[in-house]
Amino acid sequence: MNVTTKPARQGRLAVDIGGTFTDVALEFAEASGTARVTAKVLTTPRSPEEGVMRGVAEALQQAGLTAADIGVIIHGTTLATNALIERKGAKTAFITTEGFRDVLETGYEKRFEHYDVNIDKPTPLVARPHRFPVPERMSARGEVLLPLDEDAVRGLVPVLEGQEIASVAVGYLHSYVDDRHERRTRDILTAAMPNLSITLSAEVGPEIREYERFSTACANAYVQPLMSRYLRRLAELLAAEGLACPLFLMMSGGGLTTLDTATRFPIRLVESGPAGGAILASHVAAQGGFSEVVAFDMGGTTAKLCLITDSTPEKSRRFEVARMYRDLKGSGLPLRIPVIEMVEIGAGGGSIARVDAMRRIAVGPDSAGSEPGPACYKRGGKTATVTDANLVLGKIHADRFAGGQIALDPGLAAAALRDNVGVPLGLEGIWAAAGIVEIVEENMANAARVHAIERGKVISRHTMIAFGGGAPLHAGRLADKLGIDRVVVPLGAGVGSAIGFLRAPISYEVVRSRHILLDDLKVETANALLAEMREAAEAVVRPGAPGAALEEARSVEMRYVGQGHELPIPLPAGALTPSDMAGLKGQYEARYAEQYGLSVPDMPVEILTWSTTLSTPQQLHQGGPPSPAVPAASTPDPSGWRDLFDTQAGGMVRTAVFWRPDLPLGAVLRGPAVIMENETATVVPATFDAAIDGSGTIILERRER
Amino acid sequence: MTAADAKPNALAEIQRQVMWNRLIAVVEEQAQVLLRTAFGAVTREAGDLSAGVYDLQGRMLAQAVTGTPGHVNTMAMAAAHFLTRFPIETMQPGDVFATNDPWMGTGHLFDFVVLTPAFRNGRPVALFASTCHLIDVGGVGFSADATSVFEEGICVPHMKLMDGGHPNEVLFEILATNVRNPVEVRGDIMSLVACNEAGCIRLVEMMNEFALSNLDELGGYILENSRTAALAAVAKIDPGTYRHNMTLDGYEEPVTLMAAVTIGPDGAHVDYDGSSAMSRYGINSPICYSDAYTGFGLKCIIAPDVPNNAGSLAVFTTSAPEGTIVNPPRPAPVTARHVIGQMLPDLIFGCLHQALPDGVPAEGAGSIWVLAMAGDFDDRNAGFNVMSVSVGGVGARPHKDGLSSTAFPSGVGAIPVEVTEAACPLVFWRRELLPDSGGPGQFRGGLGQIVEIGNSEARDFTLSAATFDRLRFAARGRDGGAEGSLGSVALKSGPQFTTKSTHTIPAGDRVVLEIPGAGGFGAAVTRDPQRVAAEVAEGLVTRDAARDAYAVVLTAEGAVDALETDQLRASRSSG
Repeated sequence: MNVTTKPARQGRLAVDIGGTFTDVALEFAEASGTARVTAKVLTTPRSPEEGVMRGVAEALQQAGLTAADIGVIIHGTTLATNALIERKGAKTAFITTEGFRDVLETGYEKRFEHYDVNIDKPTPLVARPHRFPVPERMSARGEVLLPLDEDAVRGLVPVLEGQEIASVAVGYLHSYVDDRHERRTRDILTAAMPNLSITLSAEVGPEIREYERFSTACANAYVQPLMSRYLRRLAELLAAEGLACPLFLMMSGGGLTTLDTATRFPIRLVESGPAGGAILASHVAAQGGFSEVVAFDMGGTTAKLCLITDSTPEKSRRFEVARMYRDLKGSGLPLRIPVIEMVEIGAGGGSIARVDAMRRIAVGPDSAGSEPGPACYKRGGKTATVTDANLVLGKIHADRFAGGQIALDPGLAAAALRDNVGVPLGLEGIWAAAGIVEIVEENMANAARVHAIERGKVISRHTMIAFGGGAPLHAGRLADKLGIDRVVVPLGAGVGSAIGFLRAPISYEVVRSRHILLDDLKVETANALLAEMREAAEAVVRPGAPGAALEEARSVEMRYVGQGHELPIPLPAGALTPSDMAGLKGQYEARYAEQYGLSVPDMPVEILTWSTTLSTPQQLHQGGPPSPAVPAASTPDPSGWRDLFDTQAGGMVRTAVFWRPDLPLGAVLRGPAVIMENETATVVPATFDAAIDGSGTIILERRER
Repeated sequence: MTAADAKPNALAEIQRQVMWNRLIAVVEEQAQVLLRTAFGAVTREAGDLSAGVYDLQGRMLAQAVTGTPGHVNTMAMAAAHFLTRFPIETMQPGDVFATNDPWMGTGHLFDFVVLTPAFRNGRPVALFASTCHLIDVGGVGFSADATSVFEEGICVPHMKLMDGGHPNEVLFEILATNVRNPVEVRGDIMSLVACNEAGCIRLVEMMNEFALSNLDELGGYILENSRTAALAAVAKIDPGTYRHNMTLDGYEEPVTLMAAVTIGPDGAHVDYDGSSAMSRYGINSPICYSDAYTGFGLKCIIAPDVPNNAGSLAVFTTSAPEGTIVNPPRPAPVTARHVIGQMLPDLIFGCLHQALPDGVPAEGAGSIWVLAMAGDFDDRNAGFNVMSVSVGGVGARPHKDGLSSTAFPSGVGAIPVEVTEAACPLVFWRRELLPDSGGPGQFRGGLGQIVEIGNSEARDFTLSAATFDRLRFAARGRDGGAEGSLGSVALKSGPQFTTKSTHTIPAGDRVVLEIPGAGGFGAAVTRDPQRVAAEVAEGLVTRDAARDAYAVVLTAEGAVDALETDQLRASRSSG
């Protein structure tokens, strides 16, 4: 158990607010072991806490528990992300170095799409009249070139008050080296305006590159008042319902944090839902003993892929939120925060298919959404979507989609496919559908392949873990394309993020930019910095885990002098020794050679960024219901037969259909087959066998290569 | 067609599309490897690179979107030049070829082009090429002051860089001896090798997966579909010849560029007859580079969605008399060739505006300002040699304001101030939008910026003004839109720099650069007064300009005085 719980029933509750649904997962102790119930209620955008309370009540009722049985609540939400996308955050001001008022606006100074002369750059969160330059200047080496003009800062107080600014970000050049001017600015403002919410760029993302750091600081400031209000309301409401147990927030980096930290750095809460999914996949990977995993999540508008090695998802500190042009990199707001690294593709069930000028099928990134939705939803949609294609190909059952909540019309799907793709390309019958699915699967396979290569990984060695409504439909074929031999579909995949929250450790990552040549680095300097970083991390983690043993993971990001891209190199535990230091260059060169196939022997190496993550132990095997031994294999009879399209066969093939809840543990079946369940269906390709393991997980194994 | 035929045909069609997508993913990956391993800030931060795959005839099949247009289209020709010198049947696995010949590559010595044949089962199946901007190539450095390409640095003709997997150490040694940053130069060249290698591996995997023995059929399909799509796009424009011209500062004297765009059944052709003769200094644009930005300009307007390959690019052609500034013969100096080359899209827009009055933007700042700065450190023996980039405004669009401080047509972007300052003792004291620099119009031109740089140490430093144009000739508006602001280069203490040579900034002083603004679209007096008022509040437009240029009168509080504004606008239109 990651979070200590006191009540007898040891209830652990996770709540994930998504755009459409709020998911709840509740695990608790029973005589036979750990039990789990889940609930799904509609999100209530105006006051999200109402949906939360409704879902919690439903879960408690299902489990037959009361509020007093709950020992901990873990929460994740898309509220911050939505506020950024819809530009509905606080009226925010940005105080910055004189001469650099427009960094937020000019950004990368390049076009994210070269050939479209009509693009617009992302609108800054803070408009120019609210960006205030102040005389001050720090050098890249931390020397004060111009002292902070404190009177100028004081002079801003009446202006901020007059403009009814609710939140302030402070970002000065080179504050990642020395943040004294930023801190002094906060002190001055706080003295005059004690209730003002203030974000320092050096605290929220202390890394070199001014645009990205300032953007992160402003985004944090922009969502802070809203998030802090919401979190406070939620905490009060929970307490009023008798749920006065500890409340933790899920962060984008995959760790949990306290209410206090979440309120200070709400920007770290974006993408908490997908992070939960990745944590769940990590847990499944640990249980199954899969060392190299690609997690594959597919919903209505996008698909996400995440690489997991030895139960640890790939991490990154670069993220872009609120992209506004065809999902293109550069069309959103850059954030430098710890995130679980995922590649996101505009390929979901609602993604729209069309024929482009080169007579090619193009799919996404635009989506039909849920209104009007795919043509087969019968809500007036005329565009052909991936869901329409899946329906026509027999992958989806018309009467059982979304647990039977939406009855689908195959005739409308076929008409939309014919009009939008079949006729323009001269493809008859099911071939338009086959083409769309093939293209969308190819897009996902390409993304997975490139993502793996960029990290020096070989995708074919991975096990694929598929969850989310769409992934099990496509995972088998994707595995075929990527040469992957095993696909795993866990139970409860429809509320996977919430379940993932229950497996997350309490943790916090502290980052520092200290640009130094490896040859110039002294071991005492390194140890002093790392000790200071541990202290900072512990100050955040400790309140949530009093008395717990904490695990520390440290790394440095290194590069050849003159390069712009760094590679992370892990540091050994404890105080560094001179021999640790001596080994760093060799480790870097080995990692570089692994990734790029060469090294640059005479080139000196430098360190840019230092990172320390402190967390409670993950204890992945103990986080959920135990896996009983796999029962003896059995071969169940299909619950029906259906025509399913097979690319290799070039047509429809009679295919066995199974109903997942009816399959006994230990069942083994041969592809091609479809395993239906309420939220999705797993398509078993002809080249795979499927087995149900002791915990109900579906495991697809390739029969032959 | 019988029912039995329909199946394999449909499947084959879908597979071809899948493979096309895959090929584009392969070159994108190639570019990403380069971006991550390159040493020069201009490559890694600003994206000055390109990558592509070619068939055995040297026809480009796909090109990475990552990169910059000047490389995109020049690269299309690069592979064919290698094949002339090294026929495909002479190439062996492990061979890698290189050149930085400006006339055979991408227009100046700084760009190295590396070409690697891909082999499958011992037989060549494709060629991968990539290019990026090296930190240094010897010679006079990044400057337009040379009077021949011989002074501009070392030129490597088409040569083997690797022979059967063994590095050509003779070539590497000659390079190392002739450049100021030998280790980085070798590192960058090896990055080019590595990224091509990544492309080769991925291509062979794809061919194995789809059991392809060659790319002939797939290549034919890609080129034909792209050509057809590009031709269909050209056919939407009224046939005819459209002429326009543009005058720029030049180096020793103003340069006039003249273009005639002919829209015909076979595509769009641009001829530069009548343009100024080549300069004595390094601002000449070799025809390959002129062709690249010509193709880019045409494609932006006519066929933006058609991928770049030999099929689509063949529809857009260029000619220019030899000896003009857009077609200088060897040994003309060419280092700052983009001063001319990057102005060509705006010139072409001027031609196309006659056919598409609602379809092209006004003129912008055009060529990027490359800030090549050098000096010494106090505490080190070595000097520093850094390159930053500043960009001005982009022309107003027919229905939108222009983008401020954004590169166009170059795909190169800014280098963060913090990154530049970490590498040298220079300090940027200002990098900010310049009020009133955007050309007034119903839609305003993009704003330029003001940049101020000094040295934190008590030493001089130098700045090459090679690429600073539009100090005398501004970006023009369209349809009554006014011109953008002129650029300027001056010492903080007062004196102006007016030439493209290399200037010294004395210790304690600073250089102040005003990067040009862009032209407006439509008459300024038709701009929505509320938008003018909003931009006055934002500090992007001054109150004086609101009255003088836009005929908008504001109250003391900054709101639009509707009555006064109407009267002023009425008097302007009657006057």
